[in-house]
Order: sequence, then C-alpha cells, then structure tokens
Amino acid sequence: MILTIAHKEFRSLFVIPSTWFILAALQFIFAWFFLARLDAFIQVQAQLAQLANPFGATLAVAAPLFGTLALILMMLTPIFTMRLIAEERRNQTLTLLMSSPVSDCHIVLGKFIGLMILLSLIIASCSLMVLTLASGTQLDTGLLLTNGLGLILLAASYVALGLYVSSLTAQPVVAAIGTLAIFFGLWLMEVSAVDHDNTWRALAPTSHFQSFNIGLLNSTDLLFFLLFSIAFLLLTIRRLHNNRLYS
Amino acid sequence: MSVNAPITLSVRNLIRRFGQREVIHGISLELRHGEVLGLLGHNGAGKSTTLQMLTGALLPHSGQIEICGIDLLRQPQKAKARIGFLPETLPLYRDMSVNNFLIFAAKLHRVPRAQITDALTETKRRCGLQDSGKSIIGTLSKGYQQRVGIAQAIIHQPEVIILDEPTVGLDPSQIRDIRALIRELGNMHSVILSTHLLAEVESICDRVEIMHHGRLIYGGSSTKMQQYGAQSGFIITLLAPPLLSELQALAEVQKVDQLSTTQFRILHADNTNPSAALLTLAAQHGWQAEQLVPLRTCLEDVFMQITQDEKS
Repeated sequence: MILTIAHKEFRSLFVIPSTWFILAALQFIFAWFFLARLDAFIQVQAQLAQLANPFGATLAVAAPLFGTLALILMMLTPIFTMRLIAEERRNQTLTLLMSSPVSDCHIVLGKFIGLMILLSLIIASCSLMVLTLASGTQLDTGLLLTNGLGLILLAASYVALGLYVSSLTAQPVVAAIGTLAIFFGLWLMEVSAVDHDNTWRALAPTSHFQSFNIGLLNSTDLLFFLLFSIAFLLLTIRRLHNNRLYS
Repeated sequence: MSVNAPITLSVRNLIRRFGQREVIHGISLELRHGEVLGLLGHNGAGKSTTLQMLTGALLPHSGQIEICGIDLLRQPQKAKARIGFLPETLPLYRDMSVNNFLIFAAKLHRVPRAQITDALTETKRRCGLQDSGKSIIGTLSKGYQQRVGIAQAIIHQPEVIILDEPTVGLDPSQIRDIRALIRELGNMHSVILSTHLLAEVESICDRVEIMHHGRLIYGGSSTKMQQYGAQSGFIITLLAPPLLSELQALAEVQKVDQLSTTQFRILHADNTNPSAALLTLAAQHGWQAEQLVPLRTCLEDVFMQITQDEKS
C-alpha cells in the first residue's frame, strides 16, 4: 500500500514539466559549482603538494559541493512538499485516499517515500559528478558516504517537516511559504549562534549536517535526524486523523 | 431484490457534530444486497456528511456502521475494501491518464495484481470508457469525468457502492446513461445514492429515505412514497358538460371540482372507480367525453408534503 502511493507520487512528479526544469537547472548549478571548485583545486595543487599531509580532491571539491546541495535542498524541498497534501485537499482528491482501505500512516509514509526517491535521485546525480574525479585521483570513500548519508537524512527531515506543514492547509502556496519560513528560521538559528555549543544551534538540521559534511559520523546527529523526521511524520499522521474527526 | 437477501450495510444511531452543533441526529439505515436506496433531501440536510461517514472519510461521534458484518470503526481497512465511493466533487487526479488512475484506484482497494488488467477492461466496458483509456483526465468532458469517477468506485467489485449526487451537472443523455448504469449496478451490488432530483428516485431507486435537518423522516419503497397522501381520482374533459350537480349525484363520487368550463376533477374512494359508469353516462347524454386522466401525484408534491409534515 505504501509503495502504491509512493509510486503514484513519484510518477505524478514527473508528469509536470516544472520537475524536469528544476532537475535540469539543478544539474547545471552543480556542474558550474563543481567545475569552479575543481579549477580552484587544480590551481593550488602545486602548493598543496609541498605540504607534509595535503588534503585531497574529495575534501576540496566534493565536501563544498555537498554543502551547497544541502543549502539548495532547503529551498527546493518546500516546492515539492507543498503539493503533497495541501493540493489533494484543495482538489478534493484526499477523499479518495481517506475512503480507501489504507491507514493514515500508509498515506503519509507513501507520500514521504515518493518524494524521498526524487530527492535521492538529485543527491545521486550530484554524487555521480563527484565520482568522475575517480578517473584522475584517489577518492575518500568514507567522506563521500557520510556526505551522502547526511544529505539523505537532511532531506528526510526537510520532507517530514514540509509534509506536516502541507497537511495543515488547503493552499499549496501557503504550505510552501510556511515551510520555507521555518527552514530559514532554523538555518538562521545556526548561522546566528556565535557559540558552537549553543542549544539553539542544536535545533537546526543544517548544523547537524556539518559533521557529516566533514566526514564525522556522530550518533547524536544521526539520532537528531531520525527523531526530527519521525516526530513530524507522526504529527502529520495525527493531523490526517483529526481531519476525519473535525472537518 | 428479495427480502431475504443478505444485509450488506447496517447503520445504527449515527451521530455527528461539527464543533458544538450536532448535524446528524442518530441515523439508522439498513441496506440489502441488490437494492438501490435513494437518500433524498434538501441541500444541507446532511446527506453528504452521512455518506462520508459510511465510507470512513469522516468519523462519527457515536454510532455503529457495519459493512457485510464488519465493523467499519474497528476494522476500517477490511470494511473499506468492500465499499466504493463517489464523492460529490470528483476525486480525480487531473494530470493522470484514465488507465493509470483506474489502476491506482484498483491497487488502493487491494485488487490482486494478477486481476488488475481484467478488472480494468471490465470496468471500462461497463462505464463506456473503452476508447478513452489513454486520455488525460483533465482533458475529458464533465460527463466522461463522471464516468471515470464511477469507474473508480466499482473497479474493485465492492459489495456496497455509495454515490453522492452522481448525475449532477450532466446533460440529459448522459444522465440517462448513468442512470442505466446505476440500475445495472444495483442488480449485483447494493447502491446508496444521494440526490435532490426526485425523478432520479422515481426511475432508479427501490427504496427511499428522506433526510431533513440531519434526521431520517421517512423511509419506504419508492412506489409507496408516490402514494403518500395521495387521493384517487381523475380529471375528465367533457366538451358539452352537464351541470355540476349532475356529476356530484353519481354514485361513488366523493367530490367534483370544476377546473374550467370543460374540465372536472373527480375524487373517489380508493377501492371504487366511477369512471366506467361516468363514461357510459356521458355517451348516453351526449356530454362528449374527450379524455380521462387519472390523478397521479408527482414525487415533488409528496416530498414537499413529507418535509412540511415534519415541520408542523
């Protein structure tokens, strides 16, 4: 059941041209950024070689690229999550799901997974670009893997939050703006905190992504992302259930 | 429809509130296999709310719903697999093709994967959608969208089909097609449909429940409803009419009203009929009887009468 809904969500993303445009534009931005970083790395390579323990291409090119992707995800996810429930409610198609023999949990997870597949594709396409470096140099697989995992977890937390906001309203645009505002608020919390141990900072998903970005697999961060996603998915399920009760 | 057919839907004391306001006040219903039940009522009488509760899209605040003996509130998924629902606003994903949408609906309703192709072909045939399988739903006309809506509700062969105003916004020929389809569905499944079109009830429903301000105020077969409060009688046109008193003097005639110079409305008791006697008399006296039309109450009058009775 979950997969049926996920499959439908995923397919419906690809029937609208805007998804293709977004994917193409993203790929262009990644390529631009990737080449710029690569260019800078090649220029300093001679000097790096004189260092006793020089850092490689993975840290110099891939890590910043993934850092940018994390930022782009923040702005991208609301565009996709806004439709998930708000649009169904506006078009009255939510009734179809509500009167079908599927539980609220199935609906929410199906939509979550459907969108996660798309975001994973974006993350994978970005990683593929980095993998082309393997033809010229030794890559730090550990760093690449933590970055990939970090990005997927980050995307999951964003989608969960976006899904929840989308379930609160019947206007997709309101959902998009609301989600974006929350993401920016969380991001500002991280940026504005001077102190590294600031508790406010701990609330921001982006700050937890930092350690993944430098290749650190920290169980606290892992736990944060899991709790964050699960909490908002549960809230969404609850919200859908209340929909049956109060509307 | 036989009286011994198994009960497919049973509802007891359904209550629903919106905020503090109670909108459905304890509704009880029963539906048998092969029966078409019309839920009749004014706009805002609570028809859609009731139907949504029957499908589990809304939860009742109290009461019990059983679909084929399965409690909808305790085992929602098992019970819902036996329901097909067409809401008032069509739940169609406008950017999907008809085939893809129906396959999605079939999967949602747990049609086994191996049977989906057959179910799809069969449903499209029944709803007259054979040639529009690849069309995008958003580009179809309203009538065809309605058919897709109905197809979505019947693709998993549910025991109970719930249709909320299925013929709204259709042109007369489409209405006729959809009614024929509903009648056909009624033979194999149980159908509940809500409507405020009385002609619809007259033509397709076996049984009628009238809903008024969140209560069921009348239930009975649709033929019985047509006789509700009816008075037997006929209207006769006599081109050379006699005096009114001559007609009144006839045996078995209870009351005569002169509608125009040539038309008379004659009321008589249920078990007698003076029309034959009157016609012979007319022939003998040269009253030139032209036509004789039995009085037939239209459902509109009955409906108005029932809802009025409830108010007073």
